[in-house]
Amino acid sequence: MKFTMTAIATLLALGLTSAAQADIKLGASLSASGGAAFLGDPEAKTLEMLVEEVNAAGGINGEKIELILYDDGGDPNKARTFATRLVEDDEVVAIIGGSTTGTTMSILPVAEDEGIPFISLAGAIQIIDPVRPYVFKTPHTDRMACEKIFTDMQKNGITTIGMISGTDGFGASMEAQCKDVAGTYEITIAAQETYAPQDADMTPQLTKIKSTEGVQAILNPGFGQGPAIVTRNYAQLGIDLPLYQSHGVASDGFIELAGADAAEGVRLPGTALLIADIIEDGDPQKEVVAAYKAAYEEKYGEAVSTFGGYAHDAFRLMTDAIARAGSDDPSAIRDALEATDGLVGTTGIYSFSADDHLGLDLSAFRMLEIRDGKWTSID
Amino acid sequence: MDALMQFIYSGLTVGAVYALVALGFTIIYNASDVVNFAQGEFVMLGGMITVFAFDAGLPLPLAALTAIVATAAIGVALNKFAIEPARGAPVVSLIIITIGASILIRGASQVIFDKQLHRLPAFSGDDPIHLLGATLLPQSLWVICGAFAIFIGLWLFFTRTLLGKAVLATANNRLAAQLVGINTGFVMTLSFALSAAIGALAGVLVTPITLVSYDVGVGLALKGFAAAMLGGMGNPKGALVGGLLLGLFEALTAGYISSQYKEAVAFVVILAVLFVMPQGLFGEKKTERV
Repeated sequence: MKFTMTAIATLLALGLTSAAQADIKLGASLSASGGAAFLGDPEAKTLEMLVEEVNAAGGINGEKIELILYDDGGDPNKARTFATRLVEDDEVVAIIGGSTTGTTMSILPVAEDEGIPFISLAGAIQIIDPVRPYVFKTPHTDRMACEKIFTDMQKNGITTIGMISGTDGFGASMEAQCKDVAGTYEITIAAQETYAPQDADMTPQLTKIKSTEGVQAILNPGFGQGPAIVTRNYAQLGIDLPLYQSHGVASDGFIELAGADAAEGVRLPGTALLIADIIEDGDPQKEVVAAYKAAYEEKYGEAVSTFGGYAHDAFRLMTDAIARAGSDDPSAIRDALEATDGLVGTTGIYSFSADDHLGLDLSAFRMLEIRDGKWTSID
Repeated sequence: MDALMQFIYSGLTVGAVYALVALGFTIIYNASDVVNFAQGEFVMLGGMITVFAFDAGLPLPLAALTAIVATAAIGVALNKFAIEPARGAPVVSLIIITIGASILIRGASQVIFDKQLHRLPAFSGDDPIHLLGATLLPQSLWVICGAFAIFIGLWLFFTRTLLGKAVLATANNRLAAQLVGINTGFVMTLSFALSAAIGALAGVLVTPITLVSYDVGVGLALKGFAAAMLGGMGNPKGALVGGLLLGLFEALTAGYISSQYKEAVAFVVILAVLFVMPQGLFGEKKTERV
């Protein structure tokens, strides 16, 4: 018994000393499996790739980064457990993660209570509104996507629209945000329909919207297979109105799933990453986007996604702040993070301040249209 | 009128998808009284394996055949390694084993395949067919015809073949079936292979419409199960009619009332039916001798 106790004590002591000598510890809890795997998988791969890259180049101020990555499978309970473990057992200096709004919300209190800087990769505006000292995020909000879409509608003289939304978290949240800001852009939502995430056919909903008086365009907030099926049903019914999709499906995979013919003319707000190949030469984001895309695609042999880009930006923001803080003290990192000014990411150009922990504006979104099976910028 | 036709086409398409999944439940249920909750995973495997074989360069029919054979083999393995060793366990335990199997299959597929959505090209193109003022995709016809073909096949199997009757006999009373010379072990293996193969075939047919990823099985199994319960568990006719009815309820509710309530209305109807007819529309009343 005594021997076991000694052995455990020794092990603990060893563990503690090795922790003290270790490099900069960066924690992450992502949904690399489960329903949100399409978010978490590219995010996890991106973090792993970037850590390798930074360490190969000598680390931050000569110190290597050690990434401690957990897969919460999209489960908020697990995310909370992992966040606690990251802070208490692994003693990380910063956390990246929360692929979904749900997991983010359960990591958030841990980061706040323990005073660990935390950058979320999820969409909801509630994450940074109200502003919490230690919480930041990289993706633009649903509300900004709505605003970008409505700006484009206004430009095209569209005033009355129909909406068909997924009933999943993303679709429901964006639907609510769009309804909320529609008035600002003098847009009337004349028809509202929904579909469940795994529905196989949306022609009844679309038929209803189509026959609603005065509808000039249709907006489909949602992600996963829903928007692809909506787009195909749209072509099947031969609806002649502009179709707007959300940033939730801004990937090449969407064109493939919907089929290039059906997707022709679909518009959506996306990021620079999606049009890396056709971005103009003088564009400040060109270099960052091209470098990330090339590195990711070479390493993993699959196309980059907007979601991986969120992780890329979070990592760059965090390492930049650590470098400027000059120490691995969490509160110094937080202060440096909040002082970030003009950091170019794949999603946009970030400038944080005491009352803005998102640091992006509408210019981060680019209005894209699918033409001949390819993304085209129509800004 | 045009709108009504469109709702009906939509309902038939979706309903045929549910019916295909529901039909897969019937054989295993008939052979063992077990509701196989891994049935949705068989559908997913059918779709996934076909997609990956097709992408690897196999022609579509061959890719589909590969998927069906491979899934049938997985069905046999499920019986051999999970159900058979637990023989004699109560039906509830066996059902829980199939839930476990479905989690295992889902987990393994996200590692072996990937976590992305995939689609197959439609068998006869994507040009909509205009009929009675509404449109229908050719793939919907494939799914509807597929559901009918499997239904007829199953109906013939259970009523016209000795083997089909052996399956029913095994379910009815395993010991008595053994006494009259039925190899019940073989019947169980066969029923898992057939169920898995039907599931996989359903997966191949519906993938161009529903798309496929490693986690579509749960949702499909749930709707298929609801359809089977509505029609009467174990009866191929019930599976077909239950599936089509469920699809039509959903489409008509979405069209005429509100898409917000379409699932609620469909499930309320199912509850109402089961309240009056606990065996489902075509289920046989079971009387147990005490």
